[in-house]
Amino acid sequence: MSGLERVDRRMLYAAAAVAAVVVVGLAVVLARGGGDEPTEVVLVTHQSFVVSDDVKREFETESGLTLRILQTGDAGAALSRALLTAGNPEGDVFFGVDSNLLTRALEGDLFDAYESPELEKIDEQWILDPEHRVTPIDHGEVCLNVDLEWFEGRGLEPPRNLGELGLARYRNLLVVQNPATSTPGLAFMLATIARYGEPGWRRYWERLRANGVLVVDGWEEAYNVRFSGSSGNGDRPIVVSYASSPPAEVIFRSPRPEEAPTAVVVDSCFQQIEFAGVLRGAPNPSGARKLIDFLLSTRFQEDVPLSMFVFPVDPLAELPPEFERFAVVPEDPLSLPPEEIAANRDRWIREWTATVLR
Amino acid sequence: MDGDRAPLSRPPVRRQGGAGWRALTRGVPLAFLALFFAFPLAAIVERGLVSGERPALDVLADPLTRDVLWFTVRQALASTVLTVLVALPTCWVLGTFAFRGRALVRTLVTVPFVLPTLVVALAFLALLPPGLERGWAAILVAHAFFNVAVVVRVVGGFWARLDPRVSEAAATLGAGPWRRFREVTLPLLAPSVAAAAAIAFLFSFTSFGIVLVLGGPAYATLEVEIYNQAARIFDLRAAAVLSLVQLACVLLAVTAATRLEARLAVARHQRPERDVLRPVRTRGERVAVGAALGSLALFLGAPLAVLVERSLAVGEGHGLDAYRALFEPTAALLASPWEAVANSILYATAATAIALVVGGLAALAIAEPRGSRVLDTLLMLPLGTSAVMLGFGFVIAFDTAPFDWRAAPWIVPVAQALVAIPFVVRIVAPTLRAIDERQREAATLLGASPGRVRREIDLPVAGRALAVAAGFAFAISLGEFGATVFLARPESPTLPVAIFRFLGRPGELNVGQAYALAVILMVVVAVSVFLVDRLRESRSGWF
Repeated sequence: MSGLERVDRRMLYAAAAVAAVVVVGLAVVLARGGGDEPTEVVLVTHQSFVVSDDVKREFETESGLTLRILQTGDAGAALSRALLTAGNPEGDVFFGVDSNLLTRALEGDLFDAYESPELEKIDEQWILDPEHRVTPIDHGEVCLNVDLEWFEGRGLEPPRNLGELGLARYRNLLVVQNPATSTPGLAFMLATIARYGEPGWRRYWERLRANGVLVVDGWEEAYNVRFSGSSGNGDRPIVVSYASSPPAEVIFRSPRPEEAPTAVVVDSCFQQIEFAGVLRGAPNPSGARKLIDFLLSTRFQEDVPLSMFVFPVDPLAELPPEFERFAVVPEDPLSLPPEEIAANRDRWIREWTATVLR
Repeated sequence: MDGDRAPLSRPPVRRQGGAGWRALTRGVPLAFLALFFAFPLAAIVERGLVSGERPALDVLADPLTRDVLWFTVRQALASTVLTVLVALPTCWVLGTFAFRGRALVRTLVTVPFVLPTLVVALAFLALLPPGLERGWAAILVAHAFFNVAVVVRVVGGFWARLDPRVSEAAATLGAGPWRRFREVTLPLLAPSVAAAAAIAFLFSFTSFGIVLVLGGPAYATLEVEIYNQAARIFDLRAAAVLSLVQLACVLLAVTAATRLEARLAVARHQRPERDVLRPVRTRGERVAVGAALGSLALFLGAPLAVLVERSLAVGEGHGLDAYRALFEPTAALLASPWEAVANSILYATAATAIALVVGGLAALAIAEPRGSRVLDTLLMLPLGTSAVMLGFGFVIAFDTAPFDWRAAPWIVPVAQALVAIPFVVRIVAPTLRAIDERQREAATLLGASPGRVRREIDLPVAGRALAVAAGFAFAISLGEFGATVFLARPESPTLPVAIFRFLGRPGELNVGQAYALAVILMVVVAVSVFLVDRLRESRSGWF
């Protein structure tokens, strides 16, 4: 009997040993992951952030800092997470507050002010915060995209402005995103508010609804599946996307077409500026300021079109040839003051839902 | 048959083991759950409830909340029923017959379960006839597509070890096949059906990507609404209240299911599969087996075929361009797509190890005669918890050095394990519970200590079930997206994260690469599950 009891104990010990190994293993990994390297600067950003390897290395060589990138969800989720950790941030710089959410970030006391010397070359129109808690880095307009081939094949002219979308000949051709769940969807709703004002914008959407607008939840479905001009071969030739989408349809096709198969309706574009800022309580504030300077440097600014499909704010930055040829930088896009967006966003979304979905 | 179960005068068996054993089997799972689930969730809910101006009751009184809750419950119930109905014929085939390719069926059925919902939803959009591609029907069919694996594997595996002699005895007594199924097989299967249905229900209840795409903007589950409130509107109070509502519903459902499961559990002799399964004999059987497997193949295969087709689409024709593009540097990721494959396997292996230790210990505790039903229920809760809230909870709960774990790489497999552990428990515990108590009693009477009883009766059974569980835990960790996308570091993305990144960029080749990676994920899942299932086969001789 006692022999058997010993077997039992041995098994217990073995199980305990396994548990101990797990705990110790965790602790070891922990201890290694825990330490803060003073030679590191951490960029907290959303999942669409991209930087070319050589550009990143250039920053690391120049600054002597290792650049670690931490992506924390889509643009909304990343900002929410940053707001949750305001004062005790997960990194040094946050990149990816857009103009529609700017007020939320500023009210959340997310950033320390920093006026980069690189700002000198930047046009005033991009600087929305006079206290320089945020620094403009890029802009990416949300615009209607049309499938040129589709329209050509039917001998129909694509729409030239927002107003024409209500015409009978564009019936059942438009797909948009739900502004409650999608950033471009929100921007497009704001575009109609900027164009038609209150309460005219709701009447406009009533017309769109009567004309068969299709609402989907996200950009992925709208552009990749429902839109006829992308690989999804959907049945909607007009979609809400970005000013930079046509060059992407050239670059990411094999073989590359001579002409862009899609185009932008310039009149429909709504301005979105993307900002970065030094996080309050950053472990490495001096590194953070260097990083902000770098994000504004011509080297990085010339990298953003092909990596993130947005436009640089730096007027000196040269656009890649595909952008020169196929992208339209809207001269005078629609826009709304961030405070007005902040004060009314939730109400507008509720009204939009009531008008378009109910 | 009831005479067979005449009460035996039970010797006083000390089955619980020593205090150390109890501490181990209960303490480790509880500590894991407390640290990595309860603590972060409590932190974020607390933050939500003390923030904001809106009184919490406002959220509850909002008719929109009621609509969302009502829709969530109804679609989850309907999805569960449909899933079980779709799966049962295949469960019968796998539980009755030995045939070539049987292991392959078990493997292939698992593939849909771990695919990223967004990709599959997009495939369904392309597949369903216009007019039906959105709304109730589309949601239910897609949920069945995903969850059929749970029922087939849990119930099918259980069925294949039911002692056939019981049914044979009934046949000798003159019962026809339908009566044998209804009165013998079904009652014996019931606990495993309850267990599988509970999981299918939870997955449908917390559905996110499917409802977003196939429901369209008019439909939202609680999970979708919580995500909107937490991540988009940043109304943490509303998100916290809705999370509590969701948690309460899940608690209710899980409690009901575990009670049902425990009540239905019937002790029976487990047999190795090779003693249970028999070849397909008659022509009628051949037709029935063919029909069952054929219709399932069509149901699961069509959306997968769309995925493959999409990955090969180049302009108007087809080619391997998207796959070739995976070898070129990409701006969509901070790593190469192949590193994402390696990361996925690495993370999933670690998550499986954690889930087997924690879940295996918990299963031993839960399967005891007066087992810890509370532990059983608690371990299911992570399945029914909003990933975004848990992710946010991690971020504010573990934010102070030396416990600043927000960027720790091991947090990913820990989060994946939270989702995998319930499966380990679901697979192992019912098997242990179904061990005939008289087997243990006999061993005790013959002089075996509690430890030896455990080692020679419980552990071989548990070991085999653990191998099954390992396959499932690995697959589910491979496919886990909700928590991983929050916690994975960008330089080490997993496959689902990489797929999502490609899908978020315009251009045919990007979308093509997303679908190509989905196909690769399918293959990785199929191969790994197949290998684990082989392992299980070779160990079934333990008995």
